[in-house]
Amino acid sequence: MSKTTTKRVSANRSLPKTPSGIQGLDEITQGGLPKGRPTLICGSAGCGKTLFAMEFLVRGATEYDESGVFMAFEETAAELTQNVLSLGFDLAELVAQKKLALDYVRVERSEIEETGEYDLEGLFVRLGHAIDTTGAKRVVLDTIESLFAGLSNQGILRAELRRLFRWLKDKGVTAVITAERGEGGLTRHGLEEYVSDCVILLDHRVTEEISTRRLRIVKYRGSVHGNNEYPFLIDEQGISVLPVTSLGLQHGVSGERISSGIPRLDTMLTGQGYYRGSSVLVSGTAGSGKTSVAAHFVDSACRRGERAMYFAFEESQAQLVRNMRSIGIDLEPWIKSNLLRFHATRPTLYGLEMHLATIHKMVNEFDPRAVVIDPLSNFASAGTTTEVKSMLMRLLDYLKSKQVTAVFTDLTSGGSPTELTNVGVSSLMDTWLLLRDIESGGERNRSMYILKSRGMAHSNQLREFLLTDHGVELADVYLGPAGVLTGSARLAQESREKAEGLIRKEEIESKQRELDRQRQALESQIAAMRAEFQAKEEELSRTIAQQKAQQAQLAQDRVAMGHSRKSDSDGDKTPSSPKT
Amino acid sequence: MSDDPNMADTIPEPPEGQVWELRLYVAGQTSKSARAFANLKEICEEHLAGKYRIEVIDIKENPGLAQEDQIVAIPTLVRKLPEPIRQLIGDLSSTENALVGLQLRPAPWD
Repeated sequence: MSKTTTKRVSANRSLPKTPSGIQGLDEITQGGLPKGRPTLICGSAGCGKTLFAMEFLVRGATEYDESGVFMAFEETAAELTQNVLSLGFDLAELVAQKKLALDYVRVERSEIEETGEYDLEGLFVRLGHAIDTTGAKRVVLDTIESLFAGLSNQGILRAELRRLFRWLKDKGVTAVITAERGEGGLTRHGLEEYVSDCVILLDHRVTEEISTRRLRIVKYRGSVHGNNEYPFLIDEQGISVLPVTSLGLQHGVSGERISSGIPRLDTMLTGQGYYRGSSVLVSGTAGSGKTSVAAHFVDSACRRGERAMYFAFEESQAQLVRNMRSIGIDLEPWIKSNLLRFHATRPTLYGLEMHLATIHKMVNEFDPRAVVIDPLSNFASAGTTTEVKSMLMRLLDYLKSKQVTAVFTDLTSGGSPTELTNVGVSSLMDTWLLLRDIESGGERNRSMYILKSRGMAHSNQLREFLLTDHGVELADVYLGPAGVLTGSARLAQESREKAEGLIRKEEIESKQRELDRQRQALESQIAAMRAEFQAKEEELSRTIAQQKAQQAQLAQDRVAMGHSRKSDSDGDKTPSSPKT
Repeated sequence: MSDDPNMADTIPEPPEGQVWELRLYVAGQTSKSARAFANLKEICEEHLAGKYRIEVIDIKENPGLAQEDQIVAIPTLVRKLPEPIRQLIGDLSSTENALVGLQLRPAPWD
């Protein structure tokens, strides 16, 4: 790592660069165009050469405080000013501030008679004058090849062009020379022969009716640079080149968890939801509720006050908002408060690279924390499986590097095994929710389970997936001897069980009552017997007492009789057994 | 110009009283410039004696004019009058081309 860094530093030292200011280009070129040298931009008509060159000057003037000279051979200053106004470049203002000089060079063969030897000193003087009056550090010649059409003496022209590029180098200006793409070589008139420090090729290719603009650095003498073809966009902010190669697997991870927007789903994901920065795949057949899961996710993100971006490739924004309202998710306020942004396009609108580029650009601009791609299976119509997979890998890497949590929906075709996603990206995903249709008892019900979720002990249970007017709800499915029951079968089973339960309960209650009754009867019997016993006991003890009293009386009588018979026994003597 | 083929080689007279206004653009004192001026002088003396005016402009001294008058090649001769404006580039060593360019002689294909 440190080795490459030092290498880069030394490379920068040996070759100073001028930042072009064109978004993305300076990353690919690791700093910009070679400072003080001419760069050749070639490409076919309409590929954006003039715009590229103009943006180089405008950015220089507005962002790097370097004024510039634009020498146009094809368009007048007025036309140029008009053309780039739509991109937010106000040339008139820059010219007024002396940050930019526009010079239209008109060379019309039919109006010129060649009468002998000449040189192009006039061009040099004009250029030199413009550079001196603005103090320009940047120069654009667009398209100098027009001279070949206007002047017939090729020998003079070539010698003069060679001198011109030499002169530009001596002047120390960073120049951009545009040239038309030629049949055999890079340019029609072999300009690459003279301008060879840096050659950038712009391309506008149409494959299967889908056009993509691409940029490639053919050559960059003395500097490392990206070798790939990079798609680029031209929009109201000018050109953006998107170095969307795979970023590798160096992105950091977060232990933070965020809600999926569906409480029960969070519970299934160990109670906390997705990991932040993870990628979630929601796959299922048509109408299984994928978009609803995605909508819940963006809704919950917005509720947390986080920005969310929804890339819709099947429905328009209005349609999505309306449909989600029917299940109780109102996305309108989030859109109004600019927390939620939609980007609805047809996948076939442009090529995959362009889609990737657009997503990149929009994510970069809006900086959302949550992104939904709905559905990614539609990309299959814009490229081959390999292309789609490679594009998604780069997209995922990009989103992960930005710690953006992404939900992708994927339409699986009916009949094929649900575990097979159309674009074969499941291995790239961290969490995979599978939505399924269960058809039984004359109805179709939705179910959902978590097929995988990296880094958490998620639930393995199948849940019934219900779309209610207040959002998605997950219900336990009925597991019984008859298997998994959902929908009305589940409801029927549940009510049957309820009825059975009621009957059982009543039976238990009546038995309880009977028991009570028996206990009461028994107890009253016991009470009666006890009362009878008590009566008997009282009677008996009365008899006993009487008899005891009689006995005592008898003994007393005997003593008294003894007294009367002058018995020798003491009166205090216990009465002994009567003498017999 | 006349359509008569017999007139092809004759020199057409400029309109009555018309003075030719010619501008020669040069860049510094170069041999090419000097040559161009000499050649021009010769042509004018031969074909436009007394009816021409030559103005030599050094764009190095007045670079703004190069842009205004759309000068690319040096030397450039511009016929300001009579109209239409004609532009000739080169040192005028090819008298034939110069005469055609100045419309002092019809082009061979006319």
